Amino acid sequence: MDALEIARWQFGITTVYHFMMVPLTIGLGLVVAIMQTMWHRTGKQEYLRMTKFWGKLFLINFIMGVATGIVQEFQFGMAWSEYSRFVGDVFGAPLALEALLAFFVESTFLGLWIFGWKQLKPGIHLACLWIAVVGSLFSAYFIIVANSWMQHPVGVEMINGRPVMTDAWAVFTNNTALVAVPHTLMGALAVAGGFLLGIAWYHLWRRRRDGIDTVDANGNVVPGEAGIPGRDRADHTVWIRSLRIGAVVAMISFAGTALTGDLQGKLMFEQQPMKMAAAEAACHDGTGFSVLSIGNLGSQNCDDIVALIEVPGILSFLAKGDFTTEVQGVNSLLGQYKADYGTHLPDNPIYGERAGQEIQYVPVMEVTYWGFRMMIGFGGLAALAALVALWVTRKGTVPASPWLMRLAVFGILAPFGANAAGWIFTEMGRQPFVVAPNPDLNGIDQVFMFTAAAVSPGVSAGELLTSLVVLTTVYALLLVVEVKLLVKYIRGGIVSAMPELAHAPVDENEDATPGGNGGPGTGKPADDVLAFAY
Amino acid sequence: MELLPTIWFIAIAVLWTGYLFLEGFDLGVGMLMKLFARNNTERRVLLNTIGPVWDGNEVWLLTAAGATFAAFPLWYASLFSALYLPLLVVLVALIFRAVAFEYRGKVDTDSWRARWDWAIALGSFLAAFGVGATLALTTTGLPLNANGDREGGPLAWFSWYAVLGGLAVVCFSLLHALAFLALKTDGDVRHRARSWFIRLLPVLLLPLAGWAVSVQVLAGKPWTLAAVAVAVAAAAAAWFMACNGSEGRAFAALGAFLVLGSASIFGAVFPVVLPSTLSPEFNLTISNASSSDYTLGLMSIVAAVGLPLVIAYQAWTYWVFRRRVSAADIPEAHSFLPAVAAKAFTTKG
Repeated sequence: MDALEIARWQFGITTVYHFMMVPLTIGLGLVVAIMQTMWHRTGKQEYLRMTKFWGKLFLINFIMGVATGIVQEFQFGMAWSEYSRFVGDVFGAPLALEALLAFFVESTFLGLWIFGWKQLKPGIHLACLWIAVVGSLFSAYFIIVANSWMQHPVGVEMINGRPVMTDAWAVFTNNTALVAVPHTLMGALAVAGGFLLGIAWYHLWRRRRDGIDTVDANGNVVPGEAGIPGRDRADHTVWIRSLRIGAVVAMISFAGTALTGDLQGKLMFEQQPMKMAAAEAACHDGTGFSVLSIGNLGSQNCDDIVALIEVPGILSFLAKGDFTTEVQGVNSLLGQYKADYGTHLPDNPIYGERAGQEIQYVPVMEVTYWGFRMMIGFGGLAALAALVALWVTRKGTVPASPWLMRLAVFGILAPFGANAAGWIFTEMGRQPFVVAPNPDLNGIDQVFMFTAAAVSPGVSAGELLTSLVVLTTVYALLLVVEVKLLVKYIRGGIVSAMPELAHAPVDENEDATPGGNGGPGTGKPADDVLAFAY
Repeated sequence: MELLPTIWFIAIAVLWTGYLFLEGFDLGVGMLMKLFARNNTERRVLLNTIGPVWDGNEVWLLTAAGATFAAFPLWYASLFSALYLPLLVVLVALIFRAVAFEYRGKVDTDSWRARWDWAIALGSFLAAFGVGATLALTTTGLPLNANGDREGGPLAWFSWYAVLGGLAVVCFSLLHALAFLALKTDGDVRHRARSWFIRLLPVLLLPLAGWAVSVQVLAGKPWTLAAVAVAVAAAAAAWFMACNGSEGRAFAALGAFLVLGSASIFGAVFPVVLPSTLSPEFNLTISNASSSDYTLGLMSIVAAVGLPLVIAYQAWTYWVFRRRVSAADIPEAHSFLPAVAAKAFTTKG
């Protein structure tokens, strides 16, 4: 592997990893804020428990998103200095604004939320969480504005060989971003939905296994109590309600991703026709959607690919909204791309060893074709599972089957898979460009950049390999730690997030003092100064 | 005189100074977890002084980097790619440190806590050292060619200024943390922190003063020399105030030392943002490294609204958590769960 390939693997691995934490942060944050709002409004104990439990898992995950996010921001300069120099004028602004207007809000107000249970008035404490959640939405918006500019550059003029921002409004209302933001947010909600559903199912199942909940002759649940802290009737309410919220969120978000995804697809057929042709492994112009294609998808030569099952008209519908308009395939697009952007990389030292090489305009079709299908497939599967789950649990609990429980738990991974596949598809489908040309941008010099020109010329393959190995190892290690902690706190149930339930009798009006030992001589509860999150 | 690039040079200097001021004490507290705290209760006292704020402090680093990317893309690209390996160390250090804060208390065993304590202490040390080295090198220069790329291999960035800058930030952070702990804790920790502060101040400020003076020798201006002199006076004031038991004023005076020292360094190198040690022709300056006036103008408007807002709500956070923390306030660690330990994946339902 040369420097470019290593840098690309590194960006891919670190980004996909980062984007496992981020959608859960966004989606779960929103859900927890709604739960705390319900507690604030109704004062019901079960909503407090939900807030505390899901909030705990939210925080365990949130910190990983924070930690891996720093890598993303440094990486552009470290590994992609030519890219940073080329696009900095327009691409840097959304990143800086993300930090200034979103990260500060998220981190500061989340700190207030974590530690402020006692210091802040309940309404203000709740507001802090909402502000942090809104911050995470802003963060998503800004980073997608930046990404969308790479997919579809707008609002710039070429001055001295670099795109210079001339129209910030165009950049920040790029139509690519306006459809990608809701699509991504819906994808994030799907992750949260699956997460709630799987974990709540597990707890309901465990209550049945332990004989706490039983079902009567009609199959209706009879919630019971065990003589163990936290395993009372309210506990049942927490899980069944969490499960239903999760299922509904998963279904709404799937509808949302489908709707926004359709808009996005139609836009992409205009903006990056090659990406969409590659998503279909569609070699020839036509109207049919491939259900299954075989052959050597990885080759640049389309002759090897055979569409085994094809539904006529559907591709046209996805691209244009009717069933008859022919959609251009890879073969006819290839000629067009070669005519517009050249057949060979220029003989410029910026391309390193690749200078003068033939340009491969067709993305790796194995990835685009299957990435596209995995995104839709996993998403659809999760939505279907959510629908089934709602039906199965209509009488108030889950079936006693351990296998169904395991399926529900592993189902948590499906929306994660859909998110990752979607991003891998859209980023790999943009190749060989790091900044894809905008087909509407006639008149100005073509604003685009080949990925081959973007990597840092001064950084050696050895340095890149070092960081790839180090970061991948660290990430793998931390993933194990995070999952272990999540599992520990999930298994612990509500008391793991509310130890006061285990240490003192539950008093609905006031939280018990942890440990029951007040500060010596002060006569005040021990946690008067801080909520002691650490 | 180029107005907007100058404004953004100042803005970035402010962001870096804000970072060193705020994360300075939480990096220092991180290192003191191993150097100062004597038992788990004291470590928890230390942690809880920075608990609600460290993440917000760290965003100053992200904002400084992001603003550099947006306002001076060539500076960002050259600096970050030239310092590839040192910044990798900073990244890994910050990752472990962040995760350690959150995960340390999540499992109730000594070995678990000990491991994360090391992650916090070493992570804080390496991050402080790496950031200091990076900032020192952007003021003293890197071997950059005409394109702004590093010549001479992965370690060609090394110079003694990197060590000096690294030590400067590490030592300043330690001292700043002692001042912070004296202000934010009570009981034994408070008094020990203050007496450490008084004893160590002259030593711990030496590297930062050395860096500031080196830069003055390389590229001093009258007003930056004056700033160094005032900074030294501020350090002396901090010492006297600590001796008199005015912890708040000592902390503020040390902050003034940092602000003045940082101003003297950034001010001296201005308008160069990153000198090339190969040839002055290849120096990156506010004019040849900056973004367009349009971009800078847009960012100025947003920053003019956004930055005061950030300062306001972060100040409010410090107000909310203004109470001192002491060992007596630390409750027992919670243990939970044996009663409900699950066997879902190991036994048949």
